[in-house]
Amino acid sequence: MSTPADASSGSPPGLRVCVDLNLCQAYAQCCYAAPRHFRIEGHEALFYDPAPAAQDRADIERARVACPVQAIRVEDPGQAS
Amino acid sequence: MAPGSTTERAVVVGAGLAALRGAEAMREAGFTGALAIVGAEPYRPYDRPPLSKHVLIGETRPDATTLPSSLGADVDWHLGSSAERLDRGSRTLHLADGRALPYDRLLIATGTRARPWPNPHEGRLAGVFTLRGRDDAAALRAALAAGPRRVLVIGGGFIGCEVASACRQLGLPVTLVEPSPTPLARVLGGTVGAFIGAIHAGRGVDLRCGSEVEWLEEAEGRFVRAHLTDGTRIEADVAVIALGAVRNTEWLDGSGLSADPGGVDCDAAGYVLDTDGQPDPRIAAAGDVARFPHPLYGGRRVALEHWSQAVAQGIHAGRLLAGANPEGPYGALPTFWSAQGDVVVKSVGLTEGADALAITLGEPGSGRFVAVYGQAGRCIAAVAVDSARWLPAHADLVAAGAPFPPDGAATDRPSKGIMVLAPGFP
Repeated sequence: MSTPADASSGSPPGLRVCVDLNLCQAYAQCCYAAPRHFRIEGHEALFYDPAPAAQDRADIERARVACPVQAIRVEDPGQAS
Repeated sequence: MAPGSTTERAVVVGAGLAALRGAEAMREAGFTGALAIVGAEPYRPYDRPPLSKHVLIGETRPDATTLPSSLGADVDWHLGSSAERLDRGSRTLHLADGRALPYDRLLIATGTRARPWPNPHEGRLAGVFTLRGRDDAAALRAALAAGPRRVLVIGGGFIGCEVASACRQLGLPVTLVEPSPTPLARVLGGTVGAFIGAIHAGRGVDLRCGSEVEWLEEAEGRFVRAHLTDGTRIEADVAVIALGAVRNTEWLDGSGLSADPGGVDCDAAGYVLDTDGQPDPRIAAAGDVARFPHPLYGGRRVALEHWSQAVAQGIHAGRLLAGANPEGPYGALPTFWSAQGDVVVKSVGLTEGADALAITLGEPGSGRFVAVYGQAGRCIAAVAVDSARWLPAHADLVAAGAPFPPDGAATDRPSKGIMVLAPGFP
């Protein structure tokens, strides 16, 4: 797991990630896409980093789209929409 | 005034998950007026589930749990100040810091707080904790990281089981005291509770079921041991009070709305009812604090402390207040999950009133199984332990009120037959 960017350090704003763990069925595609930010504990307990650093956005986006049940929600304050 | 008018003012009371998703839904449904969000804590909306799990074991920082959001800069945040009084006559929300917010649309999402230890002096001792907010989690994390001799968890509900599991992950001795015969007995019944209790006992949790803590002893202002009603003493440095939650409705006293410690009453559409039972079309409620008639359960009034409920009902209420026609009465199928260490317990439906229990998949003794709850010959709920992929098929049975015990559907027991047991509710 990476250390989330510290808001006070002047680094770019980090991402915000939230997984709907009701939907999650431990297909673990996110773990392959972004192994430093998602992992399965035991049979099916997903642990994820809710505050990845901005430079990890490509991995996080890969994980988000890879989820078969689309349970991953991401906010990227550094990426103006 | 049309709900979509730019001169309308909407106020969201509460700044948790239901409040956030409700505010987002209002904007997404086209509400362009002024939008204010009031929160008692000084933080933007954050996710609570990690607080009783990876925050406690030091894998997630308490301040890393801020929720992703689609809200823009056009929101007036009033954080660190709680709602104090609602005046519906003048359509004004009064805050504890003296500010007054006028509203045309109001979303009530004030949620719950941890039920305190009944003895206030003992509850304030150093080493005694409750767990609800981010600051609570940070304080408890610090206490666990200091390496207590033993942790005492008082209450064997979901939060109590999660905290006890976190202690074992940290290698800390932990005792869990629960008055019922098993953990999770109130929500899941004693039969499934015993299966899950066995998993925790196998991982080293010292379970004291059928026991009650009478009082907490101190030395120089610090908690040092607990005395059980049967005379047993438990030496520990940390006590976690996990006795459930109390709904935050006191600020509605005098508002004329129908509210009590069990929640604020809503009609089927989601509007809040006054004390005469009439809906106030300017006010809706969502999340833990909202008590509403659930169409799947014969209109029984329920207030559900579920993450998914906060999301679904928040969205429903936000759309309602924005004037977007809701599809009908709110009635999402209740769903719940709890990660207890690396064991995942998931449920669909509501178990209350169950008169039978069927094991449809797996073996309870193996730690992986699905149990279906029946009432009067219908499926009303299902619980999966480390078997999440089987739950959607069972959710269909529950949503349809399919005959119980389920025959042939979603089961690995065609030759074994479905095992039917008593659910073991008190």
